[in-house]
Amino acid sequence: MQSHSVHPLETLRAQIRAIEASGLTGAAERLPFEVQAVDGKLGGGLVVAALHEITGATSSPGDDAAASLFTGGIAARLKGMVLWVIQRRDLFAPALDQAGLPPSRLLYAECGNDDEVLAVIEEGLRHGSLGGVVGEVGRFTMAAGRRLQLAAETSGTMALLLRRWRKNGADPLALPSSAVTRWRIGCAPSRALPVSGIGRSRWTVELVRQRSGRPAEWILEGVDEAGRLALPADAPDRAVPAARPDRQIRTAA
Amino acid sequence: MLPIERFRRLDRTGRSEPPPDRPLVTTERQGQRMVLAAVCPLARTLGLHVGMPLTQARALVPGLDIRPAEPEADKTVLMRLALFAARRWTPFAAVDEPDGLWFDISGVAHLFGGERRLCERILRTCRRAGFTARIAVAGATGAAHALARFGAEEIALCPNEKAVERIAALPPQALRIDQEAANACRRFGIDSIGELAAMPREPLARRFGKGLLTRLDQAVGRTAETFDPIVPREAPAAALCFLEPILSAEAIEQVIGDLAAMLARTLEQQGLGARQVKLTCNRVDGDEQRIVIGLVSATRDATHLASLLRMKIEQIEPGFGIEAMRLSAIRSEPLSARQAASLEEVSEAELPSLVDRIANRIGVHRVFQMSSVESDVPERSIHRVSPLAQTVDWPREWRRPVRLLARPEQVDRVIAALPDQPPLRFSWRGETHRIRKADGPERIYGEWWKHSNEADAVRDYFQVEDESGARFWLFRRGDGEDPRTGDLSWYIHGVFG
Repeated sequence: MQSHSVHPLETLRAQIRAIEASGLTGAAERLPFEVQAVDGKLGGGLVVAALHEITGATSSPGDDAAASLFTGGIAARLKGMVLWVIQRRDLFAPALDQAGLPPSRLLYAECGNDDEVLAVIEEGLRHGSLGGVVGEVGRFTMAAGRRLQLAAETSGTMALLLRRWRKNGADPLALPSSAVTRWRIGCAPSRALPVSGIGRSRWTVELVRQRSGRPAEWILEGVDEAGRLALPADAPDRAVPAARPDRQIRTAA
Repeated sequence: MLPIERFRRLDRTGRSEPPPDRPLVTTERQGQRMVLAAVCPLARTLGLHVGMPLTQARALVPGLDIRPAEPEADKTVLMRLALFAARRWTPFAAVDEPDGLWFDISGVAHLFGGERRLCERILRTCRRAGFTARIAVAGATGAAHALARFGAEEIALCPNEKAVERIAALPPQALRIDQEAANACRRFGIDSIGELAAMPREPLARRFGKGLLTRLDQAVGRTAETFDPIVPREAPAAALCFLEPILSAEAIEQVIGDLAAMLARTLEQQGLGARQVKLTCNRVDGDEQRIVIGLVSATRDATHLASLLRMKIEQIEPGFGIEAMRLSAIRSEPLSARQAASLEEVSEAELPSLVDRIANRIGVHRVFQMSSVESDVPERSIHRVSPLAQTVDWPREWRRPVRLLARPEQVDRVIAALPDQPPLRFSWRGETHRIRKADGPERIYGEWWKHSNEADAVRDYFQVEDESGARFWLFRRGDGEDPRTGDLSWYIHGVFG
């Protein structure tokens, strides 16, 4: 990442990075995905003391579930207790256990609306004893996002916002936010097996935005029992269409 | 009556139940034999009485309900009643074993509308609690005791000057004299207290001992008698009054901090930790503002208490100003001094304070952990437990979906081969999914021991992946062969990632 050239443009970029977030330079603690291709684009992994946003690629339940499990996988690889703030009651704990997040490490808070969710997430972040906080939230303002980012930065607790699609079909990531990374997770056809059966799932993982970094997209194998992703060893069943044009526009916005 | 009624009370709370139409007695060991210690009214009409050998009682009344006497438990109940009375009616209440209570109501009765009204009220309370009671009010303890236990009325009010006259007709045993003195009275043919009182004091003392004279004097009010009042335990509390009423949130916050520190010190001295704390603010206009916070584990951490209370500070309306504030631990439990844990355990130890903060924001029952329940039926395999409880992991044989639908939803247009093939196609919420891969069936049987209509029920679960890669959890009701196990309709129950 860090270039030692004295090119004026590089110096300016470094200054901008410093202004944007003091804790985001190379020294910040990062949680690697342990997938070389992904960590390389992220500068070593997800910044722990930061806010990250994850949503399903579409409003379909399959993509929503993939995004949930992707989030669960990140949370599983964090150290310590994880607070999961829910609004709907459909999260099924045994699946998180199978993704490496055992019930003893998971604390739930059930909230009635987005405002409550945000308040509880902030409470969890500021407390400082947790490894991470996951919040299922529909809509929030730029200011609220900045508060969470600040809370995550000061306490060193990772904040994962699981943005669930609403019935009206509005894209949760349409508006800008102060999250350090934004992810879009979708389902992809998994590898053909020589025998009948279902094997490991496969996802399209799209890094829509990252602060001081470039967007990227991968096809990865879904979480294993320790919450890890993996690079597929072969091509999938069928070719996945390359990045759709509409997403390109959003990314540029 | 107390031991009997205590048993009758117990069954109301769901434990062993003596049916009301069955005579009930309690027994105690006396030397080598078992005798009756208490007898219910029904048993008494059947001819049983206290002190009767158990074998004889058994022979007289078949189907007798016999319980061992539990004097300790009786005493506890009595103690609780006394405590209740000490909080409610009079500052001086004491236990008179085995089945009596003393109340000193001098200067108290008028608060309840007179002695009779007070007595009626006490009786009502006792009746609601399931106890029969008799009350006597008198100027002297002995007279009150005699009238309550041997008098004819349920409520006996006895003015001081009439004490001698009222107890005159009662038998000498009513004076709380020992068995020897009572036997002596019977031998001398003395049947009433009146006769005793009329006799010259000197020979009386010589014949029956000094004890009888003292009891007699206590009954007529010639000597005073004291008793040890029960003091109800005060909840640990701290209070502050202000010279100038305070109004601003900052001032209130400051006081909350001070009060929390004071309360924490009190708790520490008593070796307690608070589980529920109440802050009372007295306003200048006489209004009272209250905040109650609950704690998931006992604590006496002043900063934690103060920060929880500060979260609710906007609920306090100071009006024209607050002149006094009081912080009390309304529920507390023993908490030993704890050594600071090792570095790694620190976050563990801090968890309760986080739970408290969230619980006080959104409600206690909405902060929880999930734990496994032994059940094959997926929706019954999870349950919420308290945030600090021990959790149990789930068995890991089959994959489970990360999103489980609240209720399984029926899917249409299913094409599947019987008996054990996954579907090739199904349609859910208006979208048709073509299945590319599948795994199953995982057979789950109904829990007939929980619901009788599940006796034969079977669900065959399949994990399926459609052409876009989305994975669903489908099940078919029935095993595909026996129609009793289900009607072969298909449902979706969850979505994998």
